[in-house]
Amino acid sequence: MAVTSGTMSTSRERMSELRARITKPFVMVPMLGWLLGALVAVVLEQLIGLQLARAFGMPRIPALFGVGIALENPALFPSAILYDFLIYILPVALVARLTATPANWAVTKMFNFRSWVTVLLHILLLYIILHIWADISDYRLLVVRLILIAILWTLSLNIINGYMGEFSCSHPGFIALGAYAASIFTVGLFVNDNILGQALLPASLGRFMFPIALILGGVIAALGAILVAVPSFNTRGDYLAIISLAFMFMVKSLFENLEVVGGARGLGSQPDWAGLPTVFLWTILGIWIMNNFVRSTLGKALNAVRDGETAADAMTVNTRRTKFTAFLFGAFWAGLAGGLFAHVIRYVNPSSFGIQMLAEVLAMVYFGGLNSIQGSIVGAVSINLMGEALRPLEIYKWLVIPLLLIIVMIRRPTGLISFTTFDFTTLIKPKQKPEGEV
Amino acid sequence: MALLQVDNMTHYFGGLRAVNNYNLEIEPGQVRGLIGPNGAGKTTIFNLITGIYKPTEGEITLEGKHLIGLRPHEIASRGLARTFQNLRLWRHMTVLEHVKQARYSKINYGLVGAFFGTPELHREEDENERIARDLMKLVGIARYADQIVTNLPYGAQRRVELARALAIEPKILFLDEPTAGMNPEELEQMMQIVRQVHTELGMAIFLIEHRMRVVMELCEMIQTLVFGEVIAEGRPEEIRNDPAVIEAYLGKEVVT
Repeated sequence: MAVTSGTMSTSRERMSELRARITKPFVMVPMLGWLLGALVAVVLEQLIGLQLARAFGMPRIPALFGVGIALENPALFPSAILYDFLIYILPVALVARLTATPANWAVTKMFNFRSWVTVLLHILLLYIILHIWADISDYRLLVVRLILIAILWTLSLNIINGYMGEFSCSHPGFIALGAYAASIFTVGLFVNDNILGQALLPASLGRFMFPIALILGGVIAALGAILVAVPSFNTRGDYLAIISLAFMFMVKSLFENLEVVGGARGLGSQPDWAGLPTVFLWTILGIWIMNNFVRSTLGKALNAVRDGETAADAMTVNTRRTKFTAFLFGAFWAGLAGGLFAHVIRYVNPSSFGIQMLAEVLAMVYFGGLNSIQGSIVGAVSINLMGEALRPLEIYKWLVIPLLLIIVMIRRPTGLISFTTFDFTTLIKPKQKPEGEV
Repeated sequence: MALLQVDNMTHYFGGLRAVNNYNLEIEPGQVRGLIGPNGAGKTTIFNLITGIYKPTEGEITLEGKHLIGLRPHEIASRGLARTFQNLRLWRHMTVLEHVKQARYSKINYGLVGAFFGTPELHREEDENERIARDLMKLVGIARYADQIVTNLPYGAQRRVELARALAIEPKILFLDEPTAGMNPEELEQMMQIVRQVHTELGMAIFLIEHRMRVVMELCEMIQTLVFGEVIAEGRPEEIRNDPAVIEAYLGKEVVT
């Protein structure tokens, strides 16, 4: 016994030593350094990506880090790895390391000027990187937008399931309400369509009305959420899960039977207004507002209700209003993102808002981590990227992803990154020399 | 007129009469005690007054205003704070978050403020944080401010509950067995803290206790409850010597 535990501890020590050796050169790199590295990487891919990919025997630039290409043709696996290393890992690491000192200096200067300007500049840089990366192919553009939308869905479900701890299954219902409401608004008013008839207003006006369509979608979803929120006053746990599941099916069958919006055939010809800038802006706005909310005392009341409703009540927290707010707020963002989704796919169909979507969104929340903004972002990005990258596996994809989910649930029952506070300003702060530590 | 007045309160759980014809008057700044054997209905009385249960019969008024029918959070925000016999802390929240949370009814920035992080939000949150830190200092848990409550020693957890209740700025503080499960050292500290809280903040206190020493030393007036009925009411020395109390509650033990 003593021998095994001894070797265990040394191997663990060796692991942490190795990790320390890898991360050591990068502890001083601020967020700006990483972003600059990523910027160089995506520009490099634009310039020489195709030649490099061809030189390595790949038919095209690997769309999602070469996983797909390697799965289709395992012989190309080394090429994909080499490509990722040369285009992404090496430039990012080099630039991040080399610019660490000037980047720290620049961030310090910016913070001394105005901290909100610093935040905005970082977000702008992030957008430019995403834009250039997505510019390679339409497929990437679609994936990036869907991931951004998934972040909003995951976050909004995390508000209800993570922050408030109610197990709600009604999210696809809210998303459907938002998607249909926004679609009916835009298609009905601005598009000649054989289901909703002639356009009533000129399409040129529509672009400016798009935010109204999205907000309308959110509001309709929030109205739907009242139906789930009211039973939640007296019901918890499994019962609320069943009620919310019933709500999801109600919404689905409502749209299946509503012939004026296309019934089971769905509703198409949404105008192409949800480009990357629009989706990106709404996602940032959503993250910002939701993060503000969960960090305020009003939002922390969700945690208090989750961890002890009687105590929350005794401490002056209006538990009914809190639950109501959480459901309506979560549903609003789900619906708003649903509207974006409808305009990215440019087609909605009742069958997409079923149990499969529920499973995916729940997986993103629980995989990423409960009660955590970072967790939801990580969950949405990783589950979506995996889902897309493993597409060549076809049906086996649904063996790999759930298996991974099971492993995470066993090792970390509350998800990868759970119960954290998200502060973007801290994230982008210049890095100080670590004192005492390391 | 009394600060808190309870008249002829009776409560049934199904066919069981848990509380019978209970009366109480608490004056501002008074410290009163409620003792009685297990299952006498002490915590039920707390739950009835704080609105968790609705009494079958009777009247409850705080500063002349009726409390029956109000929801627990409304009663609490009118200045009636409580702690719980079995700790009811929020297990994922820090100590500071606990105390700030009890400022909920004092928040004016509303949802718009919470969503957009308005200057008003920052002003109020900072103000509430200052109040919370003062209260944590008062009960001696300031050094735990950013720790998750479940990591704290038991005695400190009890004090978190107390600080949280104080953040409501109560006119009356209900303490449900504040020294339950404490070792002699923690007990001594707790009594000291309760005394200090009372002298510094001056609210009325109504406490349930099992340990005679605590009630006898802290309270001006004591009620003894047996099977939902008050069998004796009076000053500590009167209660100590009341034969009915000794028989029903203290048994033949010598009171120290």
